[in-house]
Amino acid sequence: MRRGRISSFFHILFVLAYFIYLSTTCLAEDVSGQERPAYGDAIVVGSIGDASNLIPMLATDATSHEIAGLIYNGLVKYDKYLNLVGDLAKSWEIKRGGKEIIFHLRKGVRWQDGVPFTSKDVLFGFKTIIDPKTPTAYAGDFLEVEKAEAPDPYTFRVIYKEPFAPALSSWGDIVVLPEHLLKGKDITKSSLVRHPVGLGPYKFRLWKTQERIELDANPDYFDGRPYLDRYIMRIIPDPATMFMELKAGGLDWMGLSPVQYKRQTNTPFFRKNFRKYRYLSFSYTYLGYNLRHPFFKDKRVRQAISYAMDKKEIIRGVLLGLGVVATGPYKPDAWFYNPNVRRYPYDPKMARRLLAEAGWKDSDGDGILDKDGIAFSFTVLTNQGNSLRDKTAQIIQYRLRQVGIEMKIRQLEWTAFINDFIDKRRFEAVILGWTLGQDPDIFDIWHSSKTGPKQLNFIGYKNKEVDRLLVLGRRTFDREKRKKIYFRIQEILAEDQPYTFLYVPMALPIIHARFHGIKPAPAGISYNFIRWWVPKNEQKYIIP
Amino acid sequence: MGFIVFLLKRILGLVPTFLGITLISFFVMHLAPGEPMSLQADFNPKMTPEMRQRLRAQYGLDKPLYVQYAKWLKGLVQLDLGRSFSPDRRKVWDKIRERLPVTILINVLSMLLILAVSIPLGVRAAVWENSLFDQVTTVLVFLAYAAPAFWVALLLMLLFGIEWNLLPVSGLHSLMGYEQMSLFEKVLDWSKHLILPVFVSAIGGLAGFSRYTRSSMLEVLRQDYITTARAKGLPERVVIYRHALRNALLPLITIMGLSIPGLIGGSVIFESIFAIPGVGQLMWSAVMARDYPVLMGNLVIVAILTLLGNLLADIGYAAVDPRIRTGLQEQE
Repeated sequence: MRRGRISSFFHILFVLAYFIYLSTTCLAEDVSGQERPAYGDAIVVGSIGDASNLIPMLATDATSHEIAGLIYNGLVKYDKYLNLVGDLAKSWEIKRGGKEIIFHLRKGVRWQDGVPFTSKDVLFGFKTIIDPKTPTAYAGDFLEVEKAEAPDPYTFRVIYKEPFAPALSSWGDIVVLPEHLLKGKDITKSSLVRHPVGLGPYKFRLWKTQERIELDANPDYFDGRPYLDRYIMRIIPDPATMFMELKAGGLDWMGLSPVQYKRQTNTPFFRKNFRKYRYLSFSYTYLGYNLRHPFFKDKRVRQAISYAMDKKEIIRGVLLGLGVVATGPYKPDAWFYNPNVRRYPYDPKMARRLLAEAGWKDSDGDGILDKDGIAFSFTVLTNQGNSLRDKTAQIIQYRLRQVGIEMKIRQLEWTAFINDFIDKRRFEAVILGWTLGQDPDIFDIWHSSKTGPKQLNFIGYKNKEVDRLLVLGRRTFDREKRKKIYFRIQEILAEDQPYTFLYVPMALPIIHARFHGIKPAPAGISYNFIRWWVPKNEQKYIIP
Repeated sequence: MGFIVFLLKRILGLVPTFLGITLISFFVMHLAPGEPMSLQADFNPKMTPEMRQRLRAQYGLDKPLYVQYAKWLKGLVQLDLGRSFSPDRRKVWDKIRERLPVTILINVLSMLLILAVSIPLGVRAAVWENSLFDQVTTVLVFLAYAAPAFWVALLLMLLFGIEWNLLPVSGLHSLMGYEQMSLFEKVLDWSKHLILPVFVSAIGGLAGFSRYTRSSMLEVLRQDYITTARAKGLPERVVIYRHALRNALLPLITIMGLSIPGLIGGSVIFESIFAIPGVGQLMWSAVMARDYPVLMGNLVIVAILTLLGNLLADIGYAAVDPRIRTGLQEQE
């Protein structure tokens, strides 16, 4: 009895002590939160591929844009909630129903070589991007422009042939170039390709091909000097090596695979030294049908296939649960995402019923459905080397077999896949993914005018209402009206199932614990990179 | 005099061979599906058909194949390998040149390591034919030959880089402060980074060379002059290393000559694993991106080295073997 009292007394003491401990740690955190962040240290980032070209409009790969994004700025940018806000532009006016945009630029901004930034640089960038001699993949949006002019150094005016809603967002970092360094030169042979001069938070330091790229903080950055002195990107093509470098201390930041996230980083070492983050990536994976093929012309067949597979099972099996079910061509945390569309939960009975309605029956008793003597057997194509898509295909294959559909899987090298199969329409179904933009415009993928050779509506989807809405969406600036338009498009796509939308995977970055100030948001984590910092006593690298 | 004529004839004979190689490669390369713009343009919503045509015209892909080849050949005559089709549009020679030193360095070091280990191994295995040593080393070198390089590399990284923390995991030099190091420290830094890659690229080659040495040695040891040497009462060491090995090495020199072009080639798997910016990775990405000028540039270098290697071997034989020389003179 007595002993019990003592032990409970100690227990209470312990709990009290624990509470005191908790409150002091909270306090400490509060203090550090108010503490002024320290300058210094470097961050070492791992990348699978090397950059190709550091002039943003000439590059198409993610690494080049990641580096160039720290060196260059645009007139506008996306904030943490994916709203468009001013960057080099202080403000803007949209006139004549969206036909005319006037940007008012910041004053006192300088290029990293000291020359002042003016509207001439924007005009120069615009003229360069629409110049037929410039090998850029981004001219499309700018060909909608009727006239662009720089009436004074801090005003830039652009007039469109017709109102074009994605216009505003196109004035990002791709189109602002230093006129004084590039005028009259062949941009493809410019030294800026490998030694960029921008006006962003970081300045170029060195680039050793296929080895690393280093950037230094720009002390004169108009939005305040970044806290981290240096940004180093190491190119490590092999994911297993990259993970070992992380463990050995040679990397501070990399993207993890689901297995690495769930299992391999679940050790005391990683919990102590690293922080893991997760957010929905800007992409989705889908099973797309060739709608010209007799099997897939019938909407009921496509719906049946969507019912026949368990998308949650795919996410569990392929992504270890680190993803969400896709219901349409957008990710669920976007403002234009419609959660109330027709869904296709796992329902093999429904699948069989729909197939029977469409005339598919197993008349010869071999376990495979048939119709007019043709067995329901098709091949799904996917690109080689993507193990996630391969596993997805296998799970779908297994589930479709259960409702009497035979699906074969074939993997192809990327270029051959695109040229010999997609472009020539020689496919029955594909498993592929799309990267998502921050704007809801998906005209290029779903409009019936985009079914020609080399165009992106390769499945041949044609729907008059979707066509009309896609055009309307491009002409509408009002956010609420736009939202309604894209909500309706998602409803139609969910009903038609031209793709079976499979999943939106999560991005799984891991970052060393010494970095403070990282705040995950719908935009991901890197939107406030220049505000990340390391306390003085934890700094690892001394930058001279 | 006869020798110089022989040499000139051989060199002239190489020109059509070389042209044939480039011609066939050029056309075969274009048979592969896809085009250089594929990676930049395919599935890019912002890419319009006009833009695609523009790019094709800039690369000269809109012209017939023989025109493209003639243009490429014209550049080659002026020692210009052209510019890469990748977005950086750099000169092909610059792209290859910056990767050559590290590739050659690793290949030469690994070649030296292979020779240093496999020759004594082969000699001993031949001298102690069918002994336990012979059998054990045979099994070991074949295990090393059969083990996948990437797997060995990862195990060694885990052991030396993480568990024991003795060597860096990947890369070529230290992340910070390399510029401030003294020459000695730089050499030390390089050496630490090169140990694992050189070792891993060498172990696969041990089997071949030690086996060649062994069989060549066995043949020589059966010759009469070895019996003579032994009968003279020479110490066994002198018999084996001075009399036998010298003769046994002759065929090995041919094999080494053939591996000269291999010195500038790299292995993409092994370079990717160790994150080494070598020729192998460049070629791999050039193949994937259908970057024809870079591929042709590399091919030209490899072809020239191979042809030169053959020529040198011929000259070497002629110089060493009196029978070939006299044969030549009799023909004239």
